[in-house]
Amino acid sequence: MTKPLTLAEKVWNDHLVVKGENGSPDLLYIDLHLVHEVTSPQAFDGLRMAGRPVRRPDLTIATEDHNTPTWDIDKPIADITSRTQIHALRSNAEEFGIRIHSLGDVEQGIVHVVGPQLGLTMPGITVVCGDSHTSTHGAFGALAMGIGTSEVEHVLATQTLPLKPFKTMAINVEGTLRAGVTAKDIILAVIAKIGTGGGQGYVLEYRGSAIRSLSMEARMTICNMSIEAGARAGMVAPDQITFDYLKGRPHAPEGADWDAAVAYWQTLPTDEGATFDAEVFLDANTLDPFVTWGTNPGQGVSLLDVVPNPGDIADPNERAAAERALEYMDLTPGTKMKDIRVDTVFLGSCTNSRIEDLRAAAAVIKGKTKAEGVRMMVVPGSARVRLQAEAEGLDQVFKEFGAEWRFAGCSMCLGMNPDQLAPGERAASTSNRNFEGRQGKGSRTHLVSPLVAAATAIRGTLSSPADLEEGN
Amino acid sequence: MEKFETYTGVGVPLRRSNVDTDQIIPAVYLKRITKTGFEDALFAAWRNDPEFVLNQPAYATGSVLFAGPDFGTGSSREHAVWALRDYGFKAVFSSKFADIFRGNSGKQGLVTGIVADEDIERIWQALESNPGLEATVNLVDKTVVVGDIRVDFEIDEYTRWRLLEGLDDIGLTLRDEKSITDFEAKRESWRPKTLPAKGA
Repeated sequence: MTKPLTLAEKVWNDHLVVKGENGSPDLLYIDLHLVHEVTSPQAFDGLRMAGRPVRRPDLTIATEDHNTPTWDIDKPIADITSRTQIHALRSNAEEFGIRIHSLGDVEQGIVHVVGPQLGLTMPGITVVCGDSHTSTHGAFGALAMGIGTSEVEHVLATQTLPLKPFKTMAINVEGTLRAGVTAKDIILAVIAKIGTGGGQGYVLEYRGSAIRSLSMEARMTICNMSIEAGARAGMVAPDQITFDYLKGRPHAPEGADWDAAVAYWQTLPTDEGATFDAEVFLDANTLDPFVTWGTNPGQGVSLLDVVPNPGDIADPNERAAAERALEYMDLTPGTKMKDIRVDTVFLGSCTNSRIEDLRAAAAVIKGKTKAEGVRMMVVPGSARVRLQAEAEGLDQVFKEFGAEWRFAGCSMCLGMNPDQLAPGERAASTSNRNFEGRQGKGSRTHLVSPLVAAATAIRGTLSSPADLEEGN
Repeated sequence: MEKFETYTGVGVPLRRSNVDTDQIIPAVYLKRITKTGFEDALFAAWRNDPEFVLNQPAYATGSVLFAGPDFGTGSSREHAVWALRDYGFKAVFSSKFADIFRGNSGKQGLVTGIVADEDIERIWQALESNPGLEATVNLVDKTVVVGDIRVDFEIDEYTRWRLLEGLDDIGLTLRDEKSITDFEAKRESWRPKTLPAKGA
């Protein structure tokens, strides 16, 4: 009998081109390479210098997202460096024969929203991109990893990547989420539990009844933030929900290919008896909405909790980090999280900018009034998501509420375009990183779910939809 | 890529843990399209503080960095390695590195050595009590020497070999091109293809 394997091991084994020996890494084949303007120019530069072609343009796709403007997209990009990068991507795509979706194109958007939307992301494949949030695609049961620019060049030239073996970690989430608690709360709680370094060297597999019942969008939210726990990748085993999401998408397999694919995909879930190198358990039944108080995604608590006291933290490094974080965030231990007032609410990013996220937030704010002085920015993940939202009238809900309805891109998640917070400004953000200065110099970020973002925009302080019902 | 065997340069004590890549190089510097010239971007936000270690003349020419645990977490940006390299750093030591950062470093000739927290603390104290003290990194016997402190560091064997030989990544892989071609011949037809483009 063959050894029982985990999902990640199966996908890995099926992509082995050369098995590494004597400590050298395995050489893995890459099924899909996603490219954007920020981490690719130097890779193309390297190819040009060495006179190398792109080996498989037909397995490569580019989109503009990281620093594209979300207003006035029909005008020339004002920021010179952004414009330079965008133009470099366009000319590189042309020179090397790569498909590109530029600003204004109906398929343009955040690379991790575009891949799944086109049906290019599918179970059992390997996906890479020069962006750490490539882990998003693991929601389909793909092995999806963020890579650096040298590796981008390597994949462009060879369609393979030398990779070191990984360890496996099962994240078991059992139970049923209560109303108002979502995938974002699960992943923030997981990271708070295992820490920003807890996943290092591991591929995480999210399992259990709470995960199985999630939509593809929600699974993507969870896998997206695997990297915030330091993991190599995060995965969810493919099932009927995965197949239903994929079927009929532009690049999904058709006819006999579809049948062959599904037959293979059904063999992918982790075998009975397979062992993980580590296991983590989280009870979905008792989970509250989760928010961050500090400057790394692991510094999070229940929304019903208070800002922690660094003095209570045993580990000296973590304690010092907490002290520094509280100073940067201008927060006092013991303050109720719900008493923290924000200036801006950002709904967007590859974590939470899909149609389901917009629907959830719109349902909360519909007919409500935005808190005085709070700015809300809504940035759909892709041009398609924006169109879909408009077809459903969600744009009207956001506009009537007083939110800014913008064009697709990474936007304020990392503030590479003009969408930034001012120094000292505080945001409730559905994005993935609350690092110092991430959303603009001196910016203060609280990571939240779309539901919490929406409720916060109404009350002006960190809130969940439940707080609205109580009339608090 | 140049071969790395031994190197001696001024040691820099960076008394911070969880130094993420946004701190090593803020996103605003990622807009450049060149592969070099990122020395001004290194720790850009922190360098506004006159007290920051690299703003002190004794450490300003530093090239061997000693940092707290979880160095290089966060974004996969390779620019973090370029910024360290362009500033002049040849090696970074910490008790724990983020995986992507570590992978990126090996490819650019930057040594990332794992040293126990207590050794980092001893080296910090040595460097702080004697600013400008040099560190000697020996990749052949995997040691780093700072004053009278000599510690072994860990680095995986493959990366070490690559650094010692100064080998280019792509050239190495293309030695296996036949295996790649054979693999492609067997690739199932249901697997994704971006071309020809299909719209929704």
